[in-house]
Parts: sequence; C-alpha cells; structure tokens
Amino acid sequence: MGRTLLQKVWDLHTVRRLPTGQTQLFIGLHLIHEVTTPQAFDMLRQRGVGVAFPERTYATVDHIVPTLDQTRPFADELAEQMMAALERNCREFGIRFSDLNTDRQGIVHVIGPELGLTQPGMTIACGDSHTSTHGAFGAVAFGIGTSQVRDVLASQCLAIEPLKVRRISVSGALGPGVYAKDVILEIIARLGVRGGVGFAYEYGGAAVERMTMEERMTMCNMSIEGGARIGYVNPDETTFAYLADRPFAPAGHAFEGAKAWWRSMASDPDAAYDDVVELDGAAIEPRVTWGINPGQSVGVSERIPDPASAAADAGAIGEALDFMGFTAGAPISGTRVDVAFVGSCTNSRLSDLREAARIVRGHRVASHVRALVVPGSKDVRRAAEAEGLHEIFREAGFEWRGAGCSMCLAMNPDRLNGREVCASSSNRNFKGRQGSPTGRTLLMSPAMVAAAAVSGEVTDVRTLL
Amino acid sequence: MSELRPIDRIAGTAIPLRGNNIDTDRIIPARYLKAITFDGLGAHAFEDDRGSMPNHPFANPAYAGASILIVNENFGSGSSREHAPQALKRWGIGACVGQSFSEIFLGNATTIGLPCATAAPEDIEALMAAAEGDPATTMAFSVDAQSIEAAGRRVRLGMPAAVRDSLLTGQWDATGLLLDRFDDVRRVATSLPYVQGF
Repeated sequence: MGRTLLQKVWDLHTVRRLPTGQTQLFIGLHLIHEVTTPQAFDMLRQRGVGVAFPERTYATVDHIVPTLDQTRPFADELAEQMMAALERNCREFGIRFSDLNTDRQGIVHVIGPELGLTQPGMTIACGDSHTSTHGAFGAVAFGIGTSQVRDVLASQCLAIEPLKVRRISVSGALGPGVYAKDVILEIIARLGVRGGVGFAYEYGGAAVERMTMEERMTMCNMSIEGGARIGYVNPDETTFAYLADRPFAPAGHAFEGAKAWWRSMASDPDAAYDDVVELDGAAIEPRVTWGINPGQSVGVSERIPDPASAAADAGAIGEALDFMGFTAGAPISGTRVDVAFVGSCTNSRLSDLREAARIVRGHRVASHVRALVVPGSKDVRRAAEAEGLHEIFREAGFEWRGAGCSMCLAMNPDRLNGREVCASSSNRNFKGRQGSPTGRTLLMSPAMVAAAAVSGEVTDVRTLL
Repeated sequence: MSELRPIDRIAGTAIPLRGNNIDTDRIIPARYLKAITFDGLGAHAFEDDRGSMPNHPFANPAYAGASILIVNENFGSGSSREHAPQALKRWGIGACVGQSFSEIFLGNATTIGLPCATAAPEDIEALMAAAEGDPATTMAFSVDAQSIEAAGRRVRLGMPAAVRDSLLTGQWDATGLLLDRFDDVRRVATSLPYVQGF
C-alpha cells in the first residue's frame, strides 16, 4: 500500500514518540512575525534557553504595519512596541528578518514562497493559522500558538498528534471568472467549517493540477477555514518551475537533486486515504459569503438561505442573518457594498492583482465605495507597478497601498467603520473581524471584489469579462 | 527549565456559552493582540459579544467566579492566537467542556495547562441547563477520572490520550520534553536533504 505525502513527510521528520504518545516532530522552517512571538521570546529568556536552529527561522512584519505611512516610530505606540520587540529579538537570537528597510518585507505567507524558503517535503510552522498556505508546495505546514512558537525556537520541534488525510479531488476545468477562491469556498460550504477537524486536506484532480502556484496557495490558505489545520497539493512541474531561481531555493546541480527528492515526496498513486471527496470544477460558480463564518457562502446566482427551510443549522443561519441585516431568500447579487478590499494572505499576489485590474480597467469605483488594493509584499507591489497595475487601480479610484495584512484583521489603521459592508478578498467573515464590532464582510475572489467596487454592489464578475 | 505541574481536578461553578463555531476573534478581538505580553487579556474576553449581547454569559455577574466553561461544537475555530485560551484562563477559566474544539485552540489550551474535554451533546445540554438553572451549581472536573460531576450527575468526558497524559504528568509545557534528547533532534536534522543543501 502506498503512502500519502503527509505520511512520508511526517515519518521523515519524526524525532521520537514522546512518553505522552504524541510525536516529536522536527520543523524544517519556522516563520515568525510580530504578533505571536514577543511572549515566546520572553519565555525563552525567563528559562535561560536559546534558539536551537536560528538559521531555520525567518522573520517578517505584516499584521501591524501601516499601509500608508510607514515612518518610524509608528503613530500607534502599541504597534511600535511590537515592531521594536521583534527587531530586538531577531538581533539578540541571530534570526534573519525582512524588516521594513529591506525590499523583502511582506505578509509572511506571501514572502515565504516568494523567497523560495517554502519548499516541498518540508515541515513548516508559524504562529498563524494561515500557515496552511505553504502546503501548496507539498509542504506539511500548519499554524501554532505562542507557547508552541517558544517550543520551536527552543528545540526546532513540536509535540503533536498525527492527522488523517482527506483527498479532495476537483475534476474538470473551472469556467471563466471562476477562481481557486471560489473552489475553496465551495469546498468549505459543502464540508462545513468543522468538517476538516482531525484531517489534513490533500487537493488534487485535473482542476487543481492545472492551477498556478498562486491559485494553489489560495486554496491551501483557507483549509483552516474548513477546520483542517493542514492543506496540501502534491508537488509537480508547476511547483518546480515556480521555485527555480528563487533566492533561497537550491540552485544549479542542487536544484536537480532537489527536484528528484521533491518528486519522491508526492503521494503514491496507490496511497490509502481516510476519506475521499469529489467535486466537479465546471459546476462551480463565483461564490460570495452571506454570513459570519466562511462556510456560509452561496453561488453569485443563488439566494441567501432561509432558516425556515433549512434542515439543519437554522439557529446559525438566523444568527448570521440578524448580524448581517440580510433578508432570507433575497438574491446575494445586488447586495450594496461600502468598501472593497483586495489583499490578505489569501489573495494579494500578482495574479490576484492582475485579475482585479482586468475587471477594473476602464471603469470607475462607484461613488459610495471606498476601495483599496494592498499588495501582499513589496515584491508583489514592485512587480505590479512594473506592469502599470497601480495606474489602472488609481485611475479607477482605488487606493494603492504598501504591503501588509491591512484590513483583513485590522490590527493597523485599515478598518471598517460602523456597520459598513465590505467586499473582501480575505479569508474570514467573523463578526468584528475587520475592525468594527458591527462591520460586515462578504468574502469573494479579487475579481469579484473588483466587480463589486465598480458596480457598488455584489455583481457576477462573468458579466464584466 | 520549567518545573512539572500536573493538572487534574478543577472544581467550581460553571459558565454555559451556547453556540457552535465560536471563533477566536470573538473570544479575544484582534485589537487586543497588539501587546507584547498576555497581561490583562482576561478583562477583554468576549468583549465585543458582551457589548452587543446584553445577555451574554460573560456579561452576567452571576457567572463572574466560574471556573468551568461549557460550550457546544467547534469552539475556538479560526485564528491560531493563543491569546484566546490565555484570555479565558486569565478570566478565571480552569477547564473547558464542549461537544468539540478546534484543533489549534485545543493544542494551545493544552500547552498552557487549560484542559479541554469533550462530552456527548445531551450531556452538554444537561450541564448547560444546570448552570443556567442555578449559576451557583458547583461542578467537579477531573482529567484523571475523565468525568465531570454536577447536581448528582456524573458525565463521562473524552480527551485524546496524549493530551490527558501530558496534563496528568505535568508535561503539558513541552519544552523540557522536546529538549530531553537533543542528539535525536540533530540526527533528524542531519538526515533531511534540504537541511544538507541537497
């Protein structure tokens, strides 16, 4: 019987079985940022423990970064404190840091792949639930909390329990105007926000094999929204082509050796899965969330569910509709939006910006809409500017910002006000997520955000192609 | 290195919090993550929910001293912020009992010595009803016995064996354990092609 990628990577990184029954798992790459690490470094100091493998940790700053004025000290004193703490910690423990003075700063899940730090067959941990993004490369990548960040810094290991694997196969070809974002929203709607608890999701099938690395990252990114801590795609030629010539990827002869090893880490054709789910990619349409968790989405041609006709979860639907102020049975299309946000670790890469710009070109942002584009990294920003995308956005009335997490979670000046409705390319529509306790988030693809921005309401992007 | 602190029995009153998929943004809104310590997080637990729902249990003085939190399904979904279990612990919660927990939340809670155990839906309903009927109802939670006793009723709890062991042996703080055989860690590192540069 063949093995899955998860089993292969897990076995290679297992140090031992701990007396508690957990696995002591070696972590090949530890990514850190300013929000979930200051307490971890303090714990190390309190215990007199150093960083075991400083060369296997890489830092960036993203959550608290202002996307307009980045001069130091930051206007927000708390943000400045966090930034200063990360600078101090990286200096003291000898950790590489893509800070704001470098040209490599950006969202941790954008720069890891971009720099070639993220590679197939690795175990990757980061104090951030969207670490599942890196699974797009065939890495086993997952989010951890601050005390576990401490453990990785101290030992380069985690005490963790093994996971089952669910193969999610997406057949066929996606239609025009349908993106990886729509596929993952469909998967979460179908399997539920807790359907993935205890599982790693392996995405495959013709539609996934055809996806670019950036699309695969979008899918893997939101695995956690379906309850799966890990999501991955088996590495293939698309993966290898992306990695070639990246700053931290192996080069020359080593790259050839690496390719052979990476290929060997993919799931065997006869691998056994704990569960298998199949979807028809051609049947998926652009999706929009109408509720307060990422499982609450419908196709753009569909209607907002009615708790009265719901077999299950009527209470959850009712709570969501109350919060959103939406009417059961109303079409989602035509829902008025106040803000349009293109950005976040889910959808802020060059291809996302290109697709949004393609829709925006020649249009104006609706007069009642505040619209912003926040590239995921300085590198994405530079590449987009080289193509003139920033001019397309600015001419249409979008703000063109510096790299960071921005309005995805509003730990910086970018946020919703009051009950504003935001068409957002981010990953979470939880109550209060975008900085206003009563703010409302509609998750969708960057192209759909662009369509909503120019028409002022939720609009089927396929009518604008 | 940290000393071992076994965790077994937590006794006290309970706070019932109904609803599935209660995410970590609700437990502790992101603006309170802008800090370099966990100090003071307890005061902000469920702050926005308390603001918008006057009947929220965390806003009800009758539950102010509760030490056991009773929840439904997929509690702690969303963000990996350890600030969520830290806020609950600092609010005064010593143990959680629910239908199910999100995986990252469960790992974080265990790592800070906050036991989370599961129970059948009908048992959760009974525990919630007891705490709602009389907030002064005391409950006795035991990791070792895998049970919670309340109002003359004994409810069987579920907990992954590894989590239970780590709490009972005091090894929930794993740093010491992970550094115990560091030669083995070096051996694995050396065996990995990408660590060796292919």
